[in-house]
Amino acid sequence: MPKDDGISIRPAGPPRIALVGNPNCGKTALFNALTGARQKVANYAGVTVERKEGLFVSPGGTRVKVIDLPGTYSLRARSPDEEVTRDVVLGRRADEEVPEAIVCVVDATRLRLNLRLVLEMKKLGRPVILALNMMDEAESQGIAVDAAELSAALGMPVVPTVAIRKDGIQPLLDQIDRTLQVAKSEGLAPKSAPCGWSEPSARDLRDYHVEVETILAQAVGRPSRPHLATRRIDRVLLQPAAGLAILLMLLFLMFQAVFSWARLPMELIDGGLSAVKAAIDAGMADGPLKSLITDGIIGGVGSVVIFLPQILVLFLFIQILEDSGYMARAAFLLDKMMGGVGLHGRAFIPLLSSFACAVPGIMAARTIENRTDRIATIMIAPLMTCSARLPVYTLIIAAFIPQRQVLGGWVGLPGLVLFALYAAGILSGLLIAFILKRTVLTGAREPLLMELPAYRLPRPRNVLLGLYERARAFLVRAGTTIFALMVVIWALASFPAAPEGATLPAIDYSVAGMIGHFLEPLLAPIGFNWEIAVALVPGMAAREVAVGVLGTVYALSDSGDAMRHSLAGLLAHSWSLPTALSFLTWYVFAPQCIATLSVVRRELNSYWWPTAMFFGLTSLAYGASFATFRVATALIGE
Amino acid sequence: MRTETEMAMSAGVSLGALRKGAQAEIIALDESAAVTTLDVGELERRLIEMGLVEGARIEILHEGFPRRDPIAVLVGDSTIALRRAEANAVMVRRLKD
Ligand SMILES: Nc1nc2c(ncn2[C@@H]2O[C@H](COP(=O)(O)OP(=O)(O)O)[C@@H](O)[C@H]2O)c(=O)[nH]1
Ligand SMILES: [Mg+2]
Repeated sequence: MPKDDGISIRPAGPPRIALVGNPNCGKTALFNALTGARQKVANYAGVTVERKEGLFVSPGGTRVKVIDLPGTYSLRARSPDEEVTRDVVLGRRADEEVPEAIVCVVDATRLRLNLRLVLEMKKLGRPVILALNMMDEAESQGIAVDAAELSAALGMPVVPTVAIRKDGIQPLLDQIDRTLQVAKSEGLAPKSAPCGWSEPSARDLRDYHVEVETILAQAVGRPSRPHLATRRIDRVLLQPAAGLAILLMLLFLMFQAVFSWARLPMELIDGGLSAVKAAIDAGMADGPLKSLITDGIIGGVGSVVIFLPQILVLFLFIQILEDSGYMARAAFLLDKMMGGVGLHGRAFIPLLSSFACAVPGIMAARTIENRTDRIATIMIAPLMTCSARLPVYTLIIAAFIPQRQVLGGWVGLPGLVLFALYAAGILSGLLIAFILKRTVLTGAREPLLMELPAYRLPRPRNVLLGLYERARAFLVRAGTTIFALMVVIWALASFPAAPEGATLPAIDYSVAGMIGHFLEPLLAPIGFNWEIAVALVPGMAAREVAVGVLGTVYALSDSGDAMRHSLAGLLAHSWSLPTALSFLTWYVFAPQCIATLSVVRRELNSYWWPTAMFFGLTSLAYGASFATFRVATALIGE
Repeated sequence: MRTETEMAMSAGVSLGALRKGAQAEIIALDESAAVTTLDVGELERRLIEMGLVEGARIEILHEGFPRRDPIAVLVGDSTIALRRAEANAVMVRRLKD
């Protein structure tokens, strides 16, 4: 439903303004300054582009809705994000009214590039306000921008802003009032010119540049120069050898922090959940409701929520790296190496995040513009060993791998096995990416055309607001989709209930048990017994749940660490070493996590890819476990 | 445009061939000199949108690893990172090596 004429009858409700601008011009900082914590993040229907909306009251007393649109260099959209920006300002989205006014945000220190988009926006024929942001930096660099001249040359109001200063947006607020006043007085028949925008050709783009040069000559006294400090820092950080070493160190630090900083809060959450569980255990009569609450909800959802501290630490790092301008450098440094397997430099962060948990990793893949690059990254994210697999790995390693020093006493065998498991995941992930990019995900290799923004000190307020948003998104997800899935899996593992006087563990009589028994002959070739097969079904809720289920099927009454100890001893007696190795191999590859599959579905807005992921990775796991089992059996016997 | 492109070709210098520290002026854009899977005309437009347009002064600030790829180029007041494969579409006149 294109409504290109820009004349639409407004529904009642506060007027809206939209923030548009190049990436890194300070749009989000401005949005935060305008709205504070009164913001709401959702998704545009059909695409996983974040829709950020906030509310503020202008000095004139008008309630104004403001939307932060994805950054772009052009209205000629090249990614889903940029499409949203284009469609909103053109009024092409059915779920978003055309904004009353557009606030074009530019970085005053990089006007040459920024103003080109402004000229394009002017063509829309809608009221546009130019926010000359980063005026503090422009001043300290001695760039003399004449706002009045600029306004005359562009034919739109121009206001200087400093988004990170308390009083830095007052002129913008006043101008918004004035612009909205005019828009209101024009009422239902806005005088704004009809939309004159059409996709610019190369010739149009060149003309825009010429126009920008003319305007700059007119309105900027001293031309801007490259940011000196940034150049100096980059001389070290982008130096091939030192730069890569520093990047690796940073990543190592981040990885360490994810595990060490998050340990205490995770233990607290764990303790809290156990306490609640114990209280319910004591205070409630046995029955399906109690089981639903303790096993289904607290056990299931809790096993996902427990990763919140890790996710927060991870996102804290990502947010700081992004706000400081380093993220673009990381992509620069890694582009060639990642390109070896056909991935984009930006794929690195999502993959790294996936070592904590694939769910935030897959969400972080949003920064990859090209869809095929993004799909390839998402498809291999589950192969990065997430921390939920650690309990399973440590259990099996403790049970089967002797505490022996190898390689001249430098490393212990258990550590070596753990390392091999991680390495197997990474290497197979890269291999799969390589194959995917050669076969199904061919298509355009996205050029690496990106700006390296000036380094800036991240602002705590912006970092915290960003972090808050991500935490909220994660918890909402855990509370809705993941919650529902956990309840389903709980039901599968609980019904039908065990008959009176049953001798076997209750799960044996349930649907999950039946599925397990049904799967047993299928899994026998890879060395799995029925106990393992039964554990796999609830293990779909969260990988480490399998440990608990194994405890249940082996009818252990202990819980927690005690259970793990006795379970390790028990497994060492009842499984053969080939079975144990096969089980470990299975866990490297199998897509044993419903939360991951559901987030893939949402992020790619497709059922096809999560289905492909499930069957692809399951076959891979089966094949690899089969090979492991057979080779191990041949070498060491049953 | 044709003649300009031909001139650049005869000079034979593309941005993609320059080394760190080189300074140059852009004289033409020629997609056919680059390896790209994008639609015809798309790479040219993207380059222009990032400020890589005739007349712009550029300087190569940094080179990636391995094989000195990608490169970070100072264009006017911003720094743009791009791969050499795409930089080959930018024809330049050398100012300083
Ligand atoms: N000095 C200064 N820094 C700013 C200003 N506005 C934003 N920033 C910083 O610029 C960086 C990028 O801002 P951000 O809002 O994330 O840009 P976006 O990509 O347009 O959303 C952040 O580190 C901000 O703190 C400003 O007016 N002055
Ligand atoms: Mg932003």
